[in-house]
Amino acid sequence: MSFKTVERKPLSFAERTYVPQILGGLKTTFKKMVKPNETLEYPEARPTIPPGYRGVPTLVKDPNGREKCVSCQLCEFVCPPKAIRIKPGEIPADDPTAHVEKAPQEFDIDMLRCIYCGLCQEVCPEEAIWLQNVFSLSGYTREEMVNNKAKLYELGGTLPDDHYKWDKKKAAEEAGNGGH
Amino acid sequence: MATEFNVPDTAAKTAKAASQEFETEKMSLAMGPSHPSTHGVLRLQLELDGETVTHCDPVLGYLHRGDEKIAENMTYNQFVPYTDRLDYLAPLANNAAYAAAVEKLANLEVPARVQAIRVITSEMARVSSHLMGLGAYGIDVGAWSVFLYSFTEREKLYTLFEELTGARFTTSYSRIGGVARDVPEGWTDRVLAFCDQFPPILDEILKLLTRNKIFMDRTVDVGVITAKDAVAYGLSGPNLRGSGVKSDLRKDRPYWGYDQYEFEVPVGSKGDCYDRYLCRGEEMKQSIRIIRQAIAKFPAGDYYAKDAVRIFAPKKDKVLTSMEELINNFMIVTEGPQMPAGEVYFEAENPKGTLGFFIVSKGGGVPWRLKIRGPSFCNLSILPKVCQDELVSDVVSILGSLDFVMGECDR
Repeated sequence: MSFKTVERKPLSFAERTYVPQILGGLKTTFKKMVKPNETLEYPEARPTIPPGYRGVPTLVKDPNGREKCVSCQLCEFVCPPKAIRIKPGEIPADDPTAHVEKAPQEFDIDMLRCIYCGLCQEVCPEEAIWLQNVFSLSGYTREEMVNNKAKLYELGGTLPDDHYKWDKKKAAEEAGNGGH
Repeated sequence: MATEFNVPDTAAKTAKAASQEFETEKMSLAMGPSHPSTHGVLRLQLELDGETVTHCDPVLGYLHRGDEKIAENMTYNQFVPYTDRLDYLAPLANNAAYAAAVEKLANLEVPARVQAIRVITSEMARVSSHLMGLGAYGIDVGAWSVFLYSFTEREKLYTLFEELTGARFTTSYSRIGGVARDVPEGWTDRVLAFCDQFPPILDEILKLLTRNKIFMDRTVDVGVITAKDAVAYGLSGPNLRGSGVKSDLRKDRPYWGYDQYEFEVPVGSKGDCYDRYLCRGEEMKQSIRIIRQAIAKFPAGDYYAKDAVRIFAPKKDKVLTSMEELINNFMIVTEGPQMPAGEVYFEAENPKGTLGFFIVSKGGGVPWRLKIRGPSFCNLSILPKVCQDELVSDVVSILGSLDFVMGECDR
């Protein structure tokens, strides 16, 4: 049968004197005493963060220094606690990346609202927003806890790009096979 | 005309006291909402006669966030992070149960690999939840060290969760039609390594309590719930089985292929606090057994259902290279996973009991109504009955043995 009744035995005389339990407990204690510590002296010692950790969301640039975000606002839409606010902007025509057309003018993530769920990273069609390994942050005011665009790029840095989607598009257009 | 205020008649009181040996009055005691032994914001309005509880009135709702209403205003996938916060001691089990409910609505069959991942993560969540319950129960009845050792083990599980999902606590791992990301390289080996070292340590931890006279004095024959009452009050999980009722959804209505794993479900005989404790201890051992079997035949394949078009967002490299997939990604995210109209109820055996989701859909990507059956809520309904005529100190013991979590109770 797939169900089994748990065993309950009455206490023996020796057990009723508390002595075996006290000795057993002490044995466990002494065994743990000589073992290495399980704790970590944070913040001097830091835990190792596994790859793919969902820390503070950041914005990243590609290796050529182009900001990846094209302000499509999909992350703003999907964010369950509505922590992201984006004001889209145009890339000026004289910029080398003008063919990308759009970049965020303002990009704020309210870290008091963010729940680190990672949906923004998951839906981002440009791989521009990444939850990286920063896991602790603090501030004195509410305003300080809103990460603006500059802060987000500072936190994010540069990540490798596997596709160089926009460079390929530009190359195709210059070769005359542009269009959609 | 009746007087508005009852002015105490001191003279009469003194006379009455003189005629009796003791003047006794019932005392009203508010236990909680910030009482450490209530495991959250539960308030018990107790009426005491000396040390004996004559009436117990649980007051719920301090942690009410309106999750069910929130669900009506967002797509199915956006609600996954909210399911973390139901039973926040076993978020992986909640994620999986919720996703399975929506998949049942969509009539979607997930691949064997997803099912195996869900079984493994749910059982790991069960172990972590019971370790927490065990540690907290130890503290409730005055055994401190159990908490330290069980938390050390729980920490190891959390490290594994962190590697799998990217977060220790709020995992948000399920997606409708699959899981958020595939199992990392070598992760199953590390889970197996945990399974190897855990049982001896668990035995050591349980040994501190199981035959301990102090612990037994606090739990044996305390808070007895008869099998009939347990069923009548809608208890589920270890609280129901502790009373000797042979009911476990993993056996009765196997989902995620639970029928292919061999495991035994422990049931109690008396229905007291000690039985519930024994059941949890044994359940952890059985969970380890299930995890081992699931990893032994861990199927290869995809971590999402292939036929979940318009439900599961396309992979990132496809989104970056194909215009069609990019549009599909936008459609799924903004409109939500497309569901047919209909009503569905799915329940899963969670660490705390039966977690059920009732979804009414009018089609589209947003539920019209989502009702959550939280096991802790139903388990607490028996409190007035079981606390009756118990001592105040035993109320703490009973609360610990019911092992509830308020996040799920108040939703």
